[in-house]
Amino acid sequence: MDLLSPIKDHHSERRLFLARVVFASVVGFLLLGLVIARLVQLQVFDYEAFAAQSQGNRVRIEPVPPIRGLIFDRKGRVLAENLPAYQLELIPEQVADIDGTLEGLAQLGLIEAEEIPRIRDLSATGPRFKPVTLRLRLTDEEIANFAIQRPRFPGVDFQPRLVRHYPHGEAVAHAVGYVGALSREDLQRLDGSNYAGTAHTGKTGVENGFESNLHGDVGYSHVVSNAFGRRISADSLELADTLPIDETPEPGENVYLSLDLDLQLAALNALEGRRGAVVAIDPWSGEILALISSPSFDPNLFAVGMSIAQFSALQDDPDRPLFNRAVRGTYPPGSTIKPMLAMAALETGATSLGRKAICRGFFMLPNTTHRYRDWKPEGHGEVDIHDAITRSCDVYFYEISVDIGIDNMHDYLDRFGLGQPTGIDIRGENRGLVPSKEWKRNAFRNREDQRWFNGETVIASIGQGYMLTTPLQLASAAAALATRGVRYQPHLVAAIEDALTGERTLVEPRRLDDVEIDNPQHWDAVLGAMHDVMQDVRGTAYAVGGNAPYQMAGKSGTAQVFSVAQEEEYNEEEVEERLRDHALFIAFAPFEDPRIAVAVIVENGSSGSRVAAPIARAIMDHHLGFGSHATE
Amino acid sequence: MRLSDTHRLITGKAAALGDVGALMRRLHVDGPLLGGILLICAVGLVVLYSAVGENMRLWLNQLIRLGIALIAMLIAAQMPSDFLRRWTPWGYLAGLILLVLVLVTGEVGQGARRWLDLGIRFQPSEIMKLAVPMMTAWYLHKRRLPPRAGPLLLIAVLIAVPTLLIAWQPDLGTALLIAASGIIVIVLAGLPIKLMVALAVAAVPGALVLWNFMQDYQKQRVLTLLDPDSDPLGAGYNIIQSKIAIGSGGLFGKGWTNGSQAQLDFLPERDTDFIFAVMGEELGFLGALSLIALYVFVIGRGLYIAVQAPDTYSRLLAGSISLTFFVYVFVNTAMVTGLVPVVGIPLPLVSFGGTSMVTLMAGFGILMSIQTHRKLLPH
Repeated sequence: MDLLSPIKDHHSERRLFLARVVFASVVGFLLLGLVIARLVQLQVFDYEAFAAQSQGNRVRIEPVPPIRGLIFDRKGRVLAENLPAYQLELIPEQVADIDGTLEGLAQLGLIEAEEIPRIRDLSATGPRFKPVTLRLRLTDEEIANFAIQRPRFPGVDFQPRLVRHYPHGEAVAHAVGYVGALSREDLQRLDGSNYAGTAHTGKTGVENGFESNLHGDVGYSHVVSNAFGRRISADSLELADTLPIDETPEPGENVYLSLDLDLQLAALNALEGRRGAVVAIDPWSGEILALISSPSFDPNLFAVGMSIAQFSALQDDPDRPLFNRAVRGTYPPGSTIKPMLAMAALETGATSLGRKAICRGFFMLPNTTHRYRDWKPEGHGEVDIHDAITRSCDVYFYEISVDIGIDNMHDYLDRFGLGQPTGIDIRGENRGLVPSKEWKRNAFRNREDQRWFNGETVIASIGQGYMLTTPLQLASAAAALATRGVRYQPHLVAAIEDALTGERTLVEPRRLDDVEIDNPQHWDAVLGAMHDVMQDVRGTAYAVGGNAPYQMAGKSGTAQVFSVAQEEEYNEEEVEERLRDHALFIAFAPFEDPRIAVAVIVENGSSGSRVAAPIARAIMDHHLGFGSHATE
Repeated sequence: MRLSDTHRLITGKAAALGDVGALMRRLHVDGPLLGGILLICAVGLVVLYSAVGENMRLWLNQLIRLGIALIAMLIAAQMPSDFLRRWTPWGYLAGLILLVLVLVTGEVGQGARRWLDLGIRFQPSEIMKLAVPMMTAWYLHKRRLPPRAGPLLLIAVLIAVPTLLIAWQPDLGTALLIAASGIIVIVLAGLPIKLMVALAVAAVPGALVLWNFMQDYQKQRVLTLLDPDSDPLGAGYNIIQSKIAIGSGGLFGKGWTNGSQAQLDFLPERDTDFIFAVMGEELGFLGALSLIALYVFVIGRGLYIAVQAPDTYSRLLAGSISLTFFVYVFVNTAMVTGLVPVVGIPLPLVSFGGTSMVTLMAGFGILMSIQTHRKLLPH
């Protein structure tokens, strides 16, 4: 023992140490007791709360989109369906060399070179395990090409999915519409939770108007995911047993259109690619049998997705293929409104069945020098109201126009549904314009402009001036003439079908207010005149209607696109194509028992009777079973 | 079979058992302590296998480290406490120099300067985990106990210098453990109770001073403990997820490798500091309690060795090693269950990682040495 060290009492030191160890042990047990108490609190008392939290942590609800309903024509032919297609996807975390991969795919022609920066950005921003779509629909050839080269592209693969397909593409594009990628604007309008798994939504036409029927209800599946949202295969973890039950999505309803695909094709054929619109309606139900806006476009491009170049080509096309002329296009109705104005004149007493006028080819208001020309420079001679319709004499209507008055014109055209929305079951309809004194007061700010002039009444009497109508409105008005005033709301959808049970619900025709006419003789007179337009040798459309195997009624219209200056001769040949008059025609048939009413507009078609009337005839022929394409 | 054969067989077995006992004595291994340690290690390896996502490479890595640590334990067990005591001041001095070297030239990892590369990469702070209690015990060995104020002040310096050097790195967890190992020696040596209370009271202003020295992330940890939900996706995320893991384990756990919190990456640092949460989630309250019981057994055995130790140095050292081990266990489990702030202290013998395991095992080696080199003193 070291002598320098102080004397140590080993015995008492040992006792002290033992005491301290006991003390430390007590403290230790107290502290461990604290931890154990904490464990009891967490694992026994709060177990259920934490178990629920852990469940919520790992189980993610993943929406399962419903299958979109199909769209059929009135004979059950598919107009819109869902086809399996393969899309090319890239999973960023599995791709070592993203630039090399994208360049390689571009060389194979699977993606466009301009797309590379966008795809690179996309794959850099999202979660690394989330697939980035490179191409929406691969052709069989592209799939085969890629399959051979697949080993070169780890992390790139094609995946099946359902793509909306329109087998008759252009022919029905403006009626059926199309689906496009769901946008933020769409989500503001739609129920966001129901669209949780949906990528596309109806943008136009029936696809849009009947979105709520077609879409269906979203389902859910519960998937096990990790903290980063990556989906984990449940069976590998034995975690699946306690998952809540999934909810299967409810498919969208199938929609049957009143449209007849054959009639649609016949009308398209008759249009011969000219710009214009055709609407055919069953006058006794309002069912739209044909709705065409030409030129059209391939709606499949929207469903599959197109390049920016493709889209701007469609958007910037001067012929405006995306524009639905049938419901949105507004045209001066020209002489097609003469039958309706004749009703107004007869009913209001502005003229009578016996009153005649001399047509010298022009008309002047009292105390003025302005000449309102007739379309026939040499004039029609002595005409009554019947001749004025049959031979489309403008001067007769000029003469009685001021007596009818613009407000009466407005009143009667309004009864036929012009100047107001028809209420068709797709969105975007234009209401057109039928002027009145009140309208003019409200439409212009300048006090001078608010006054209504008689000269404006004169040109309104031949459907020019402020007056604008859509092809759909004209067809609906033609239908109202055909039924002697019974009106139905035009509609495209005839029935809705439950996709699971096959149970069909027919859409009830919606009857609108009748056209109020006091004297039934006036119907006889006006409709008789419309009949003679096509069946009387002097009728403007006799060349079209004279040889028909059935009786029909119609009225031609030729609407000025620009005004012809005073004393200037209008020369069709010299006028540039786009400045030529629009050709219009309304008709219904058979005359005694109308089953179809038609409105045709050919933009810059020059002559209603020569250009538009034959198209109307072709459609009626087809529908009544006399057409070359008839299949009935 | 003849009787003599049976007899030979039995005695043969007995001889074999006797051989194991003799081998252990020759290797200076303490059986109960080794048994407890190996059991903890076994449980640890099982839990770790699940925590590393059944990654065999990482698991074998840990197994190899465990082997190395056991060798370190065996080497330490061969050194008699007299030998250790003689070399203690030199070891302490060397450790201090290395700590200064770390601050000057050390490698930076994860925002802290902890590693030194002298042929092999290691953390000098690990040396201090043993050197500080040894130095404290060495200093008190020749003095009369309980210690007086003068020696206590010097001991405070001996503890404070390495603690502050390590806290500077910064490595708050290790600094805390090292300070604790030194303080435990003083307490075991008979630090007057009055003084302990006084020091505890003085700790409050001390803590305020410390607060000013703390790094922002350390302050954040303390604040987060007080209200983990204040930042559920940031600093509080670890504690919240850890509590969910443990709580959702319930009484019996979700089953080995079936902990959704652990397996689906919700639980951060699940193979290192937060492995106790994996244990709680997959093996439940009973599993966690069993592990704690094993720890209590090892600590108890260590304290028994300390009480049995023949001289002051071995007694204080053995007591400090055992109780520091307790501090490890307590701080880690308390941290994972959200009782104390998150400080980077692993669960001893279970958490993934090598350096601290070697030090721990060397400590156990010293315990074994103290127990097995004991000369039979006459009572």
